[in-house]
Amino acid sequence: MTAWRTEGGTAIDRSRPLAFTFDGKAIDGFAGDTVASALLAGGVSVLARSFKYHRPRGLWGAGVEEPNALVDIAGGLPNTRATQVPAADGLVVRSVNAEPNAEKDRHAFLDAFSRFIPAAFYYKTFMFPDWHLFEPRIREMAGLGTLDEATKGPAFAEQVNQHCDVLVVGAGPSGLLAARKAARAGKRVVLCDDGRQVGGSLLFRAAVIEGKPGAEWAADVAAELERAGLRVLTGTTAFGIYDHRLVGLHQKAADGAPDRLWRIRARSIVLAAGAIERPLPFGNNDLPGVMSAEAALVYLRRFGVAAGRKVVIAANNGLAYETAEALAAAGADVTVVDYRADAASPAGLRVLKGLAVATAVGRSAVTAVKLSDGTVLEADALLASGGFTPTVHLYCQAQGKLDWRDDILAFVPGRSVDGVEVVGAAAGNFGLPAELAGGSERDFRIVAAWPKPGARERVWIDLQNDVTAKDVELAVRENFVSVEHLKRYTTLGMATDQGKTSNVNGLALMAELTGRRIPEVGTTTYRPPFTPVPLASFAGARSGTRMNPIRRLPLEAQHRADGAMFREYGGWLRPAFYGAGAPEERIQAEAQAAREGVALFDGSPLGKIDVMGPDAAPFLDFIYYNTMSTLAPGRCRYGFILTEAGNIYDDGVLMRLDENRFVVSCSSSHVAGVHGLLEEWRQDRFDKRRVFIHNVTAGMATLTVTGPRARALVESVGLSIALDDAALPHMAVVSGLFDGIAVRIARVSFTGERSYEISVPADRARALWARLRQAGEACGATLLGLEALMILRAEKGYIVIGKDTDGTSRPIDFGLTAPLERKKVAFIGRRSLITEDAAGPDRRQFVGLEAVDGKGVLPTGAHGIERKAGATRSLGYVTSSYFSPALRKPIALGLIERGLSRMGDIIELQHLRDVRQARIVPSCAFDEEGARLHA
Amino acid sequence: MQLFPCPFCGPRSESEFHFGGDAGNHRPEGFRDVTDGVWAAYLYERNNRRGAASEIWMHMACGEVFRMERDTVNHRVAQSVALGKGGGNDGMAH
Ligand SMILES: [Zn+2]
Repeated sequence: MTAWRTEGGTAIDRSRPLAFTFDGKAIDGFAGDTVASALLAGGVSVLARSFKYHRPRGLWGAGVEEPNALVDIAGGLPNTRATQVPAADGLVVRSVNAEPNAEKDRHAFLDAFSRFIPAAFYYKTFMFPDWHLFEPRIREMAGLGTLDEATKGPAFAEQVNQHCDVLVVGAGPSGLLAARKAARAGKRVVLCDDGRQVGGSLLFRAAVIEGKPGAEWAADVAAELERAGLRVLTGTTAFGIYDHRLVGLHQKAADGAPDRLWRIRARSIVLAAGAIERPLPFGNNDLPGVMSAEAALVYLRRFGVAAGRKVVIAANNGLAYETAEALAAAGADVTVVDYRADAASPAGLRVLKGLAVATAVGRSAVTAVKLSDGTVLEADALLASGGFTPTVHLYCQAQGKLDWRDDILAFVPGRSVDGVEVVGAAAGNFGLPAELAGGSERDFRIVAAWPKPGARERVWIDLQNDVTAKDVELAVRENFVSVEHLKRYTTLGMATDQGKTSNVNGLALMAELTGRRIPEVGTTTYRPPFTPVPLASFAGARSGTRMNPIRRLPLEAQHRADGAMFREYGGWLRPAFYGAGAPEERIQAEAQAAREGVALFDGSPLGKIDVMGPDAAPFLDFIYYNTMSTLAPGRCRYGFILTEAGNIYDDGVLMRLDENRFVVSCSSSHVAGVHGLLEEWRQDRFDKRRVFIHNVTAGMATLTVTGPRARALVESVGLSIALDDAALPHMAVVSGLFDGIAVRIARVSFTGERSYEISVPADRARALWARLRQAGEACGATLLGLEALMILRAEKGYIVIGKDTDGTSRPIDFGLTAPLERKKVAFIGRRSLITEDAAGPDRRQFVGLEAVDGKGVLPTGAHGIERKAGATRSLGYVTSSYFSPALRKPIALGLIERGLSRMGDIIELQHLRDVRQARIVPSCAFDEEGARLHA
Repeated sequence: MQLFPCPFCGPRSESEFHFGGDAGNHRPEGFRDVTDGVWAAYLYERNNRRGAASEIWMHMACGEVFRMERDTVNHRVAQSVALGKGGGNDGMAH
């Protein structure tokens, strides 16, 4: 191809030249050029090597339909269509699937063996001994671009959600007209187009609308919309349509800014996405120099590039005449091969009627064209038009069904889809909308020119996936006659291209081969996205903490100042331990100090869900495994919440503040789940005017004072309450005052020591903590992190839900049966507690495990094992395991089969290759009588 | 992404809702009289209806639990109904 720059070009600015490289070669262009138009103007005819055969390939199209010219952008994205990348100074562009470059590719020899590598060759040939042995090498030879390792990936796309009355997809004449009508009727309109400018075909086809040149009219309509405050999104592809008229749009930023992903929910959608020109099925129709006739018009009028000097234009319809006349006017030598014998042609053009192209001639570029009557025409470009395929992807995604139209040889939208209207070329109405046309009808009579079986030459059906007519014939011979099978067997219509240029020719050949009509063959499913969308756009900024925000304590800064090491616990960032030094030593020291003196602990994430109202007590009787209505005001009770299947869902303390007011103090990692469960049952089973639920977990901080000297510390803070055990015994709750603010003080312990949980509004947490720290100095208080707390509670055999329980644990596994025997009213999971499984003798029960082999702390997760007749069977596993500073020895908890009735037994525990010995002991290893709670 | 009408908030994105189960899956009351079969059906047997379906959903943003009539084939939503104003058990699967 000897393409050349002509005068003009409405998209480019000749006062702003630029330069970039392609496969190391310098390329000049102008601002407004695409990489494709600049390469074409620069005389680069081979832009890529084909996917499978490494055939040289040039440009076929000018927009999203381009199947061949995929390029890698250094520091940018791989496999990008050259037709859609704006040319820019300093860009480094590489051809894909070619080594060392597209011009001289060392795998080009593959094409010589093409007859031996038809569709499915790889599957059939490399089966023995194992496809995976061959796969890496084959993938290297076949395939597309490579990711530049220096690429940081695209910047996170901004995501925008919007509602509108009318979304118009496509800003060609039909789309603009629809948008203007809706806007003038007062609708909120969004108009989008994948081009950088509005106008669609008006940007390159001559038209006069309402007295103005088409492109000017288009710009005026867009300006009118914008003046009305409506949105016109250019460079934006509507890639998918989803339930309830949600449309996904990908907006490519023009200036290196992040892309945008729009989710637009429209009351109605107008699809005006135009139509895509099809190739003609002649021999060697993939040669560089064979180009879509419409694309050639785009390059000429938009970019001032003529596709060749000696041009043959082959068409089975009348639209290509505009290309012919324009190129002739620009100075090219043009011959039109019109497949229609009775065509009316414009004067002054050389036109051969009733003939077809037999084959394109040339090695790596077109040098001549051989016609069906044997005539050979010398040519450096062969522009083809095989008719137009309406772009119906979004309509089909919206569950539309297609009809076949014999007069235009195309699938068009059939039955209407609620809220989705298809207009213009996308609906098969080629040419201007009637109310804009002003009598200038375009000649779109078309004759069939489908691929025929048995061609001697190779005829490409799918350029991107290297599928030829012979591959389709092979598929039919092997009985892959369903269109979906054809696609999967030959790869026709796959990959980034999704059959935009190839589908209909493939279907027509399949119809011919199987004696069916094209509509009987049907089409494959149209799936989003219409064009590739970077995954980064779907992700947007939702990664890391934006995907899963960390919950932070009101006192985080104070803990940091105290040298806390933070870790995440159940979504909360909490102090694991305080101070520098070996973590294990710090943790042991904290635990020991809490047992010997007093410790301060931030328990703010603890669940605090208020349950209020006259029916609160019966409601909580239903929620809990335990009876809660008998709880006296001012008292607390520990209990389980089960699932309906009878498994333990959560545990915790319920406080009764007064007759009609309770606080559910659930596990800190479980608050959302428990809150949802309470709401569901409240609304489904109870009178929701008589029970109310309010989750105040994040609104309040809970600061805990624990240890033998806890009372002295709390007394010195001064909370205006009596602290003697008659007024505030273990498992009681009272209201006090701190600096005039109501606070709640509960005698609840997770350490086994006397403890005071003081809950204050979160904005008072700093003041209370400061006071506690100040009082603590006099008492020698230590700061207690989560790790030390975990040791203290394990010494006592207190469980952590999800750690010491699993999805099969039931209350009976923890030795609890009393509530079930006494409780008369219904509660969640009750019926499941009398199933065979619930009463089974082999249940895994919660016990302590004491290492007896002198080899230190048992590994958490180690399985208790039983060996029988050479087989090893799991008896359960270690759930928690620590070194106990109070007992000066390792302690562990576990769920062990029949554990409660096997006290004193020694069992083997296996962890990886290590086998340990442990004795089954009671789960509470420290202060079994609980004397310290009252000390 | 579907639009579901919350009786309290109006139409909101599907992602804000939590599926509760089929409506009308009434909890068998009592327990000794409830057979294993009846209880297992309540816990585990689901209809996965094609076409018209009546389901319980929760709007996570406001906490409203409601019954929604919708079509599982064409995703048309007929209506959403708040659960019984004064108690009543519309039945959901837990
Ligand atoms: Zn709501």
